[in-house]
Amino acid sequence: MVFNGLISTTVFLPLVGSLIIAVLLKKNSHIFFFARLVTLLNLILSGWVLFAYKMSESSEKFKLIDRYENWIPFEFFKVEYYLGVDGFSAPLILLTGLLTAVAVFSSKNITYKVKQYFVCLLLLETAVMGVFSSLDLFLFFIFWELELIPMFFLIMVWGSGRKNYSAMKFLIFTLISGALILFGILILFATTKSFDMTMIPLLLQNKTLLIPMSFVFFIFFIAFAIKLPVWPLHTWLPDAHTDAPTAGSVMLAGVLIKMAGYGLIRICIGFFPESVSEYSLFIVILAVINVIYGAVITMRQTDMKRLIAFSSISHMGFVLLGIAAFSGSYEDKITGLVGASLQMFTHGTITGLLFLIIGYIYEKTHTRYIPHMGGLVHQMPRLSISLTIAGVAALGLPGTSGFISEIIIFIGAFPVFNFFTAIGVFGVVLTSGYILWMIQRIMYGPQLERFKNISDASIYEMIPVVILIISILFVGLYPSFITEIFKNGIISMIGK
Amino acid sequence: MDQLLWTIFFSPFISFVILFFIFKPFFGKMVRLSSFISIFAIGLSTLLSILILLDLSINQKVITFKPNEFLSVGNLNFGISLILDELTVVMLVVVTSISLLVQIFSIGYMSGDKGYIRYFAFLSLFTTAMLGLVLASNIIQLFIFWELVGLSSYLLIGFWHHKPSAVAAAKKAFIITRIGDFGLLLAILYLFVQKSEFASNSLNPIMIQDIIIAAKEGYLSDFVITIFALGIFTGAIGKSAQFPLHTWLPDAMEGPTPVSALIHAATMVAAGVFLVARFFPVFEASLIAMNTLIVVGGITALFAASIALAMNDIKKVLAYSTISQLGYMMLALGVGGLSAAIFHLFTHAFFKALLFLGAGSISHSTGTFDMNKMGGLRKIMPWTYITFIIGSLSLLGIFPLSGFWSKDEILSASWSSSGIIANIGFYLAFITVFITSFYMFRAIFLTFHGEFQGDISKGDLHESPKVMIIPLCILSVASIFIGFIVNPIISIAFIPSHWFSDFIGHTSGKAHVNIFTNWFVYGATLISFLAILLAYLIYISKNSLFIKVFDKFRFARQILINKYYFDYIYEEVIVKKIFLNGIAKGLNWFDTNIVDRVFGFIGWLSLNIGILLRQMQNGQLQTYGGILSLGIILIMIFFIFF
Repeated sequence: MVFNGLISTTVFLPLVGSLIIAVLLKKNSHIFFFARLVTLLNLILSGWVLFAYKMSESSEKFKLIDRYENWIPFEFFKVEYYLGVDGFSAPLILLTGLLTAVAVFSSKNITYKVKQYFVCLLLLETAVMGVFSSLDLFLFFIFWELELIPMFFLIMVWGSGRKNYSAMKFLIFTLISGALILFGILILFATTKSFDMTMIPLLLQNKTLLIPMSFVFFIFFIAFAIKLPVWPLHTWLPDAHTDAPTAGSVMLAGVLIKMAGYGLIRICIGFFPESVSEYSLFIVILAVINVIYGAVITMRQTDMKRLIAFSSISHMGFVLLGIAAFSGSYEDKITGLVGASLQMFTHGTITGLLFLIIGYIYEKTHTRYIPHMGGLVHQMPRLSISLTIAGVAALGLPGTSGFISEIIIFIGAFPVFNFFTAIGVFGVVLTSGYILWMIQRIMYGPQLERFKNISDASIYEMIPVVILIISILFVGLYPSFITEIFKNGIISMIGK
Repeated sequence: MDQLLWTIFFSPFISFVILFFIFKPFFGKMVRLSSFISIFAIGLSTLLSILILLDLSINQKVITFKPNEFLSVGNLNFGISLILDELTVVMLVVVTSISLLVQIFSIGYMSGDKGYIRYFAFLSLFTTAMLGLVLASNIIQLFIFWELVGLSSYLLIGFWHHKPSAVAAAKKAFIITRIGDFGLLLAILYLFVQKSEFASNSLNPIMIQDIIIAAKEGYLSDFVITIFALGIFTGAIGKSAQFPLHTWLPDAMEGPTPVSALIHAATMVAAGVFLVARFFPVFEASLIAMNTLIVVGGITALFAASIALAMNDIKKVLAYSTISQLGYMMLALGVGGLSAAIFHLFTHAFFKALLFLGAGSISHSTGTFDMNKMGGLRKIMPWTYITFIIGSLSLLGIFPLSGFWSKDEILSASWSSSGIIANIGFYLAFITVFITSFYMFRAIFLTFHGEFQGDISKGDLHESPKVMIIPLCILSVASIFIGFIVNPIISIAFIPSHWFSDFIGHTSGKAHVNIFTNWFVYGATLISFLAILLAYLIYISKNSLFIKVFDKFRFARQILINKYYFDYIYEEVIVKKIFLNGIAKGLNWFDTNIVDRVFGFIGWLSLNIGILLRQMQNGQLQTYGGILSLGIILIMIFFIFF
């Protein structure tokens, strides 16, 4: 038994917080205050995790380990309580802490079932952080499934539009994904007799599986492809985003779909590197379809949230593009994977920010239909500047984090797949098209009569916006801070 | 020296930060002070740039500085560092000095505007980005500032964001230049495919000097060099508004006029020329790339000049004129005239900025850019009139103004270059001289001569304030003398003969052709005067014979007014019809009606199978018994017959 405690505290603090909210707190104002306090504390803790990881002297792959071997102590089904971080997961934990805090701080206008709302958000945080820090496959699966329930209720109870339909669609797609993961895990266990994620890659090396290795790879790949999402399994995402409440969209785009990218790299690449190399042509084609197909469809969207949702599909294609570089030389692999992981991080902050701003605009104008908007810069100078910054970050302008992650991915993937990467790069032109067009239609133009009396975001509302903007600019201007961490994680994962 | 260069770069940047993050939100009232901060910052940069130019002209050498680690991942090893060579220092002087004059002019032009502080902040941002671009020593750093220049251009074109046309123009400019940037980015990525060639010669594929060494020493194959050069040139086509990506520049005139003078005439649009000049040895190593430069440059020069003939908006005339002159520079690069191109870039920056600021001064008084609503302004605005004439004559290349020297360098470079394509390039450039003269004097006659046609009362017309006139005068002086001073045909005082050509082109020691022995020097001047005469006959004396002939060309005018239908084809046909309402609409339909429906169908199917199977478990013993008997019978049949 090894116990450091930091990572366990970070993962389970929101769970404890949600229990306290559920059982002890009655008044809404107390609930608001307490939820903010918990997420703020957890943001500090998750920052601390990253800091402690960076400072740690240990030469182990995984650091800050909390391990209790006999959690489920049957000889034939030995599940450990095993948490830890490496350079790949530590920044994602910080991202989760950051975006949950943003989600909680931005939901100040919730009036319906306040208690349950914050319980859901906090549970979600525990689940996602658990996914990023589990080193036992079974524990990983438990957290993966745990995420589903609060998100389902967030859409169904606090959503808008066709919320029942969208929540159910989200539920079914994610359940199928979870079932596939379980199937894969059980096959792996049957072969290796272990759930230990740090050992399985080694155990798999000289084993013949019950069924072909590439088949198991595809089971996991499809499971994560549903969640990422990859075309043609993406159809749940626009609906879920459109109908989720603002905080739900922020969490969904910001961290939930990053779980899939995490799984693709940690499990598909970590366990089945040969299969990834072998099928990289297939992966790169899917990546390019995602990038271009997503961007082209985004052009036709008239609902603000749906527009950003489709743009997420396009941007997740870049993650896949970075993963596809895995069939190249060692340098290409490192570049592509660091780019893909950084893209997950930056997309989380950028798209989280976009959903947050759009949520604010929707709260004030009560419309998300773009043709009905325009000229909002006159009433909302602050949100207008923020949307412009988020927009140019989304289209990969230098100085913002979006540029760094995209250029790293391109440099990794281009030497491996010239032609497909070139098509993917053209996605950048399409992105600037729909982003600038959206900003133009929402913000600029003459002042409209019907929006005469709406107000700008308040100082309080601007705090999460400004924090996200700072994080975007920080990574854009000082990228090596975070790329070095990712690089450590990736190198320790795929070996020297 | 390193710190001096960083000071040049950071001075406008700090001004941007102070104005945008401190003044704009907290001291919105202190408008005058904000513009003084900005002007002081850029003034400091100008002074230092000129000092460095003097220093470098005495001890000629290229200096690069140790990179500061920025990002290092796998393939990519990227540090921030600066380069100081002749090209950089010339660009530094152009960018800072024009920025300074434009900012001074803007005090008058923008006074009373609601976004005054934002305007000066963005101008500072632009100057920062432009300085970063010319100082960049590696291609990724160059790309970063290249994009930031595009961003500041976007912000300044769309400065008056309540005008839908301005916002649309800003978006158009950004997207079209981004199509060019796509090519530039692919060229950069292509370097990483060649990383082993670079590594085996211990070069870094992103350092500009290493790329040049690799091209010069033949480490890269001809094919690679050609592909790379064409990619770079695609970026230059976008930024320098060359054919066929030229359509954004005329629309960009929606921005404030000083912005047009600074960004869309003197500096940013010249960045494409700068980029090609930066990688000039790479282009020289590929004949295909050089010929592409000639063809695109030559076509652009003539094509844009012809559109300028039919424009009624004085800024659009100047915009097409800028495109045409940039075509000249590309042509000069294509025939190997590096120094000629940069020399023209240098002089053009001054006289074109002068012309734009002149147009700004006119509209400050008349409130319009439509030349049909002007006329007779020469008596009311004498200073504007005289300076505008000087700028025009310099643009026409009339002896001995600045434009004369640089334009003749280009003509003689293309004349002395061999090859059929270079010859065609020469004639394209020569014909363009005639058209240029005609459209400029058409503009002068419509604006300053004749009777006032506008709809405001004549009494409201006025000459612009001194703060606007003084920059015009300084630019006029530059437009007259600077060409001769920096590149004299004989040594004057401490300036050696052909200083500029030697400085940029490293041609010192080689014999310079005496340009006055070439026939086309006289020929070009002659056709210029013929064109002016023609314009005079049509627009001033309104000679009936000429007007009658002129009217015969109505169909041609229709084509020119519609800019050869490029905007129509791009926006209406390609973007709207084919892309938005074709491909995108189709894919969107496919996504909602096919992809999504398939999953809906799977859901429906499993639901109905469930309903079907549920029938079997309805709790009635009769059903169970029936099914049980059916099963027994089936099994018996199976055993009996098989």
